[in-house]
Amino acid sequence: MGRLSGFGVTFKQMFKPRVTTQYPKEKVDGPERRHGRHVLNRYEDGMEKCIGCELCAGVCPARCIYVRGADNLVDEPVSPGERYGFVYEINYLRCIHCDLCVEACPTEAITETKLFEFSFTNRNDAIYTKTELLVDDEGHAPRQPWELWFGPEDEHTSEWMRATSSSGSAAYEGRVNWSGELGFGVRKPRKSQP
Amino acid sequence: MIGQLDPLYNSGDITWSVFGVVAIKVVAAFVILLVSVMLYIWGMRKVIADMQNRIGPNRAGPYGVLQTLADGIKLFFKEQSIPSSADRSVFRLAPYLSILPAFLMFCIIPIGGQVSILGHQTYLQVMELPVGALWILAMSGVGVYGIMLAGWSSGSKYPLLGSVRATAQLLSYEAAFGLAILGVLIQAGTLSTRAIVNEQYDTSWHAMFTDAYWLPALLPFVIFLIAALAETNHPPFDLVEAEQELVGGFNTEYTGIRFAIFFLAEFMNVITMSAVAVTLFLGGPSGPLLGFLDADNWINTWIMPMFWFTVKVLALLFATVWVRASMPRMRYDKLMALGWKWLIETALIWAIVSAAFIYVNEQDYSTTKTIGIDLGIVAGAGLAALVLYLAVPKPGEKIEEFR
Repeated sequence: MGRLSGFGVTFKQMFKPRVTTQYPKEKVDGPERRHGRHVLNRYEDGMEKCIGCELCAGVCPARCIYVRGADNLVDEPVSPGERYGFVYEINYLRCIHCDLCVEACPTEAITETKLFEFSFTNRNDAIYTKTELLVDDEGHAPRQPWELWFGPEDEHTSEWMRATSSSGSAAYEGRVNWSGELGFGVRKPRKSQP
Repeated sequence: MIGQLDPLYNSGDITWSVFGVVAIKVVAAFVILLVSVMLYIWGMRKVIADMQNRIGPNRAGPYGVLQTLADGIKLFFKEQSIPSSADRSVFRLAPYLSILPAFLMFCIIPIGGQVSILGHQTYLQVMELPVGALWILAMSGVGVYGIMLAGWSSGSKYPLLGSVRATAQLLSYEAAFGLAILGVLIQAGTLSTRAIVNEQYDTSWHAMFTDAYWLPALLPFVIFLIAALAETNHPPFDLVEAEQELVGGFNTEYTGIRFAIFFLAEFMNVITMSAVAVTLFLGGPSGPLLGFLDADNWINTWIMPMFWFTVKVLALLFATVWVRASMPRMRYDKLMALGWKWLIETALIWAIVSAAFIYVNEQDYSTTKTIGIDLGIVAGAGLAALVLYLAVPKPGEKIEEFR
């Protein structure tokens, strides 16, 4: 048939199942490592992981992160160590969800959840400050009224990190090389991609 | 057989009720065309979605059937802009020049048999012309003016290129189109669409194969379908609006409802061309009637002919959508080569051969003489085809330039 065989291909496809889903009505589970809205994690004792080093802000290609560090008070430290993230802002009008900040973070303080359905109606809502980013006492992200949380989308935060071997060496694959998180403990390693 | 005038005018005087019948038919044809364009666009998007494992429009109305209406309403209320370098009056006129021929061509299509409206016997078609086939050719030729003037009056280069392409393409395929119609006209011996349909009319189940003209004029039928696709700028011949090369083609500078009218005209042309193909080649409204009802029952006079007509048109429309989903856009030189090197020659040879056959069979020759002459005709045509085939440059062949 040669050049007419395309007609057979299109005709056969008519009787095959549809690949499209009715998105707002029926939601399919996205990939576990989807890059969504960020969270700032805490250690299991409630201390903040962020040390205010600004590596995330430095690596961000969209320049959407603004961090200012401050010295910890001796009596009531916010994070273990010398400094903590005093100001932490992400502008979601600029963020491209590339996850470079997550890669850059030395303490696994910033990770991304699976949530991607958050459309704000003004520019103030688009700028997430520490209030919106820092996890609550159970380790879950504080939910904003304009965010569409369907299920446990923040249970898969830092999924990508746990699937990658430390320092890129395959010898470390599957080995736990990260600290525990408030509410979730030390997370299990993930299989890396085939 | 010479086409008869519509029996509506048999009494000779034009009364108000005759005028009313004409008005009803005009309005009905207008509404039918508009609604069918709406449904065709929806159906096209649904079928193509099916062929690509998608769902297609499903938001507006049940199964998304009102999507086209919603799009039309949106476009109607959008702001319209005219480029400062445009020829303003021609720019405004062009969309209507392209939509009017589409309507006018549909007017001569018989969509049913002879019925009674307001107490008048009349044909179920807007007008019955003794030169219906010429009207089809004329209107498809006039239709290009809208596209040509739209591109020219936009005062911009891409629309101009698009309209130049459209003009060249239409001129090239108009010849093949006309010669393909000739295949039917030779068989029917008339130009009137009503008479052509009557020649093919039969109520038996096998009428599609014994009475319709697509079998005795098989090659013209195929050529007609290809040329009709090219005339309506339908994929794979939609070089007029090749987005990758021409932004949007002739309609680049158009916005709002004027833009919508171009698309209305384009899809209306597809429907009209399918109706023309059904009329000329597939017997129009001819088809089996319901045997358990009287022949003059309203179902048998009104519904069944329109039903068969609709079924045939829908089959052809599905074929156009199928082509749209399956074929990539042709390269421009291939388009021209197909039209000039293959379609015109094939249609011409077929027309001459079938004309000679019919002429010979009408003479009172003996059987052997008839067969001998027929064989001679076929041999001559084969020789002509061979010469043409050898004369046509093959791909990659060097052509000497004429000086």
